[in-house]
Amino acid sequence: MKPAVILFPGSNREHDVARALKLVAGATPSVVWHAEQELPKGTDLVVLPGGFSYGDYLRCGAIAARANIMDAVRAHAQRGGLVLGICNGFQILCEAGLLPGVLVRNARLRFVCREVVLRVERADTAFTKAYRKNDLIRIPVAHGEGNYTADESTIKQLEKEGRVAFRYARHDGRIDETDGPNGSINGIAGIYSEKFNVLGMMPHPENYIEPEIGPTDGRALFESLAGALKAA
Amino acid sequence: MKARVIVTLKSAVLDPQGKAIEGALRSLGVAGVESVRQGKVFDVELIGNDRASAEAALKDACEKLLANTVIETYKVEFAD
Repeated sequence: MKPAVILFPGSNREHDVARALKLVAGATPSVVWHAEQELPKGTDLVVLPGGFSYGDYLRCGAIAARANIMDAVRAHAQRGGLVLGICNGFQILCEAGLLPGVLVRNARLRFVCREVVLRVERADTAFTKAYRKNDLIRIPVAHGEGNYTADESTIKQLEKEGRVAFRYARHDGRIDETDGPNGSINGIAGIYSEKFNVLGMMPHPENYIEPEIGPTDGRALFESLAGALKAA
Repeated sequence: MKARVIVTLKSAVLDPQGKAIEGALRSLGVAGVESVRQGKVFDVELIGNDRASAEAALKDACEKLLANTVIETYKVEFAD
């Protein structure tokens, strides 16, 4: 496994996700500055970390999505390479056109920083094999613009193709269709690309990997990636 | 040449910020406000005086960066 974490001006979760990759997946990622043109040779996983790239100027992720390195990330994704975008990383993937739709201001206009319950929609992807379908997991969110939306036909297509990765749920597993932490349509917390090699998600699995800190429900995502890339 | 680019949310997109502003205006007692939608304005100075190439450049700018056409529309106005 050879992960690369992309660093933009204003990223701030790169250390946490690098730590998760190291502790759980046993791979120390290279950190790649946004102005680079190429990924390190042999990169098999690109991670866009959370944060506030370019201070969220213009729109969240808009300027980072046009950075030099994003052409290389796009080429990597087109070759079928794995890409994980967390929080601001998800916003960047949408702005870059690697995932459809857009993340707009939370419906209640508040920055939401708390633990949420997610339902794992499928457990057959490179990102979720170590979970079980319909698992309810606890993962924290911290964002002001996580309200996923897209036009009706895009949402229909995502649902039909099973491309919703995680949904905001209640403790009993019911889905918060529009009244989750941010108002996302159909409770969408994360989505896959057409070929399931790109995942964007608002919650932070890298926060929940060590029992000293709390729940460890984020571990399985990094375990899944380690498994997928070891087998490859 | 000076131009103004106006980016607004498409009418079908909910605008919680506009709604909050609308509510604030109402609570301030500003009369006659039916609704508010928030948008962005970019004042752009362009090199040269060729209107057609300026229009083309600004369209390019909007499509590539200034607007997210999934949720926003844009329009360009010239100062003269």
